[in-house]
Amino acid sequence: MIKPNKKLQVGTLAVGFFFLYAPILSLIVYSFNDSQLVTIWSKVSLRWYYALAQDDELINAAWLSLKIGLLTAFASVAIGTWAGFVLARMGRFRGFTLYSAMINAPLVIPEVIQGISLLLLFVEMGKVLGWPAERGVFTIWIGHVMLCVSYVAIIVQSRIRELDTALEDAAMDLGATPLRVFFVITLPLISQALISGWLLSFTLSIDDLVLSAFLSGPGSTTLPLVVFSRVRLGLNPEMNALATIFIGLVTVGVIAANFFMQRAEARRAMPAS
Amino acid sequence: MTPLSSRLQRYIPSGRSLVIGGPYLWLALFFLVPFLLVVKISFAEQQLGVPPYTELAQLQDGMVHINLQLGHYTFLLSDSLYFATYLSSLQMAAVSTLLCLLIGYPMAYYIARSNPATRNMLMMAVMLPFWTSFLIRVYAWIGILKNNGLLNQFLMWAHLVRTPLELYHTNTAVYIGMVYSYLPFLVMPLYAHLVKMDLSLLEAAYDLGARPWKVFCQITLPLSRNGIIAGCLLVFIPAVGEYVIPELLGGSDTLMIGRVMWDEFFNNADWPMASAVTCAMVLLLLVPMALFQHYQAKEFEQ
Repeated sequence: MIKPNKKLQVGTLAVGFFFLYAPILSLIVYSFNDSQLVTIWSKVSLRWYYALAQDDELINAAWLSLKIGLLTAFASVAIGTWAGFVLARMGRFRGFTLYSAMINAPLVIPEVIQGISLLLLFVEMGKVLGWPAERGVFTIWIGHVMLCVSYVAIIVQSRIRELDTALEDAAMDLGATPLRVFFVITLPLISQALISGWLLSFTLSIDDLVLSAFLSGPGSTTLPLVVFSRVRLGLNPEMNALATIFIGLVTVGVIAANFFMQRAEARRAMPAS
Repeated sequence: MTPLSSRLQRYIPSGRSLVIGGPYLWLALFFLVPFLLVVKISFAEQQLGVPPYTELAQLQDGMVHINLQLGHYTFLLSDSLYFATYLSSLQMAAVSTLLCLLIGYPMAYYIARSNPATRNMLMMAVMLPFWTSFLIRVYAWIGILKNNGLLNQFLMWAHLVRTPLELYHTNTAVYIGMVYSYLPFLVMPLYAHLVKMDLSLLEAAYDLGARPWKVFCQITLPLSRNGIIAGCLLVFIPAVGEYVIPELLGGSDTLMIGRVMWDEFFNNADWPMASAVTCAMVLLLLVPMALFQHYQAKEFEQ
C-alpha cells in the first residue's frame, strides 16, 4: 500500500487543525479571565460564569431555544423520514425533479432568502386566514423544521438506499401491509440515521439566527438572537463563558454519540461474521 | 366493480400518491409558495401599516385595479451601488471558496490517507466545530483580530510588526471568518470521495514509473472532481448571501447582498425592496443552484 509523505501529512493536518481549534481554545481560555477587557489577561476567575447565572434575559432565551430545538428535532425527523423514504423508494414519479430540488435547495440557499419568504407566507396567511395572527414560537418552529427536513431527508434516503430489501420483501410475502412493514422492519433498520437526523436538527435549531430573526415576534427571543444583539457591539466576557459551556456540552455530546454509534456498528457486524 | 365505482376510484388517491403527496405538499407550502410570494411582493409598493406593502390587485368601485411596480427592479439595475454589491458578493464568495479549497483539499486528502481508526477520529475533529454554534465561532475571531486582540498581541510580542494590523472590520476579516466557518462543508464531501478511491490505481501508476505529482494530477484529482464541485458549491452558494459574518467582522464598506437585503428589511422596513433584492440574489444563484441539484441528483441515483 502506498503511504503519503509522513512529514507533509502530519504538518498539513497540524496546521489545519490549529486553524480550526485555536479560535475555540482562545474563547475557552479567556472565559476564565477576570478582566472586563476580554483579550487583556489579568487573573483567573469564574466571575463571568456567576454573571451568566444571574442573567435572566439569557437564561429565558436559552430555555426557549431548548424548547424550540426539541420540538424541531421531533417534527423534522418525522417529516424528514417520510420525505427521505419517498426520495429513496418511490422511483422517478411525476414531478420528481421538482421534489428533489425542493429538498436540496434548503441545504445551500442563503438563509436570508428562506427567512423573508417564510415571513411573507405567514403575513399573507395571517391576512387571508386570520392565522397565525402574530409571529412567535410557532412560526420559528415551522421555519426551523423547514430547514431541518432537508438534512434529515438526505441522511435517511442514503441509509434506505443501502438497505437490503430482502427483509421487507419477506414481510410483504408473509402478508404484512406496507405500512406495517415500514414501521416494524424499515424504521428499526434505519434507527441510526434517525438519531443522527434528530441530533443534527436539534443543533441546527438551537444555533439558528437568521430564520429566527425574521420569524420571531414580541416575547419570542431565542438564544442566538440575544447573543447576536450583544456581540454586535463587540467583545463581551459573558459571551465567552456562555460559549465555553456550549462547547463543553457539544463536545461531550458528539463524543458520546460517536462512541455509541461505533459500538452499535460493531455489534451489528458481529453476528454476521 | 360497477362503472360508477370504478369512475369514482380514479378520484380517490392511491396509497402511493398519498405517500408521495404528504411531503410534496409540505415542501410546496413552505418552500415554493413562500418564494412566489417574494416575487409577488417585489412588485408592490412600500406603505405605512400592517402589512407594510400595497396590494397588487384591488377591487375599487367594482373594478379591479392592478398596481404593478417595476420601480424596484429598475432601481436595482440602474443604481451603481447595487451593482457593486452584486459584484462584491460574488467576489467575496468566490475567493472564500478558493481559499477553502486550498486549505480543505490537503486536509481531506491526508485524512483520507490515514489509517481507518485515526481517520474517524480526525473526521470527528473536523465536524466538532461545525456542531458548536456558528455565531460563537464567528465571535471568537473578534477577540483574535481586534487591534489589541490575540493575533496583534502575538505579532507585536514577536516583533514582527510595530503597530497593530488593522484587521477587525475589514474585508480580510470577512474572508477569514468565511473560510473558517465553511471549511467543514468542503472537507466532508471531499473526504467522502477521496476515502472510497481505489488505491490500487495509484499503485499501478507508480509501478509504471509515474512521478507522485503526476499521479496526483492525473488520477487523484480527476477522481475527486465531483467531491470538489459539491464542496465548492456548498461553500459558494450560502456565502453569496451571507449576513452574519460581514455584519460581525466586516466594516461598513463591506458590501454583501445579504446584508443589503437585511438592512432594507429591518432598518428601512422596505419589504418590497427587500423582496426585489432577494429575487436578484436568487437570479445570481440560479446557475450554481442548478449545478448543485444536478450533482445531488447523480448521488441519489447511485
